Amino acid sequence: MSAGEIRVAINSDQDIVAARQKGRLMANEIGFSSGDATLIATAISELARNIVSYARKGEITIKMVNGLNRRGIVVVAADEGPGIPDIRQALRDGFSTSGSLGLGLPGVRRLMDEFEITSQPGRGTIVAVKKWRQ
Amino acid sequence: MEVPILKQGAVLIATFQAALSDADLNQLRMGLVQQVVKFRSRAVIVDVTAMDVMDSFASRTLREIAHMIRLRGAETVIVGIQPEVAFAMVQLGLTLEGVATALDLEEGLAYLNEKFKTTN
Repeated sequence: MSAGEIRVAINSDQDIVAARQKGRLMANEIGFSSGDATLIATAISELARNIVSYARKGEITIKMVNGLNRRGIVVVAADEGPGIPDIRQALRDGFSTSGSLGLGLPGVRRLMDEFEITSQPGRGTIVAVKKWRQ
Repeated sequence: MEVPILKQGAVLIATFQAALSDADLNQLRMGLVQQVVKFRSRAVIVDVTAMDVMDSFASRTLREIAHMIRLRGAETVIVGIQPEVAFAMVQLGLTLEGVATALDLEEGLAYLNEKFKTTN
């Protein structure tokens, strides 16, 4: 299912809007309810915002996934920014280093069904999230 | 993308569109506060009915708008948060604490009328 893959380069705040709009379209195509599409679009907005705030540039990839008897969407946010030295701390509510609300990652985790993060200080961060169609 | 600001007596009404960037939101924040000063407005209604996503930046900006306008002695009401958007905001952990909200424009105006009556 390579047709169902969208890549959005994230370089500015305008790209945050583009990424979440494309994500919503993809969610609609996969057959998510509009409520779930809103959760997905919101998660993409936060992930793209993290890229702009911390790494300045990166990329969001949105694609359909087929699980056992179910379909879902996967969103991967990748950057080559400074990385996160303490992931556990970054996943705690209220933590932020950029003066933002600090809700980003734990909030995104609650919006989606699956959440994975890998980060190497000085190399970058990859956050992959999944949501399955109800 | 410009956010239209409508002047209705002592009330300013700003209507958000779906695809507002951070820069648009920042511009709106400045524009609203300036117009409240210029027109000596007593209240601002921000209509977010068309907004399909309210992320951390958008809700922080709304809170900042409300607080700045309060410092000018005027009132802010956010109207039209869609049910799905409200659900996503709660999941994300966002609140609009200390900011008045109403179902829609009509309710927002009714709320302000009531408020002005009691303070007069």
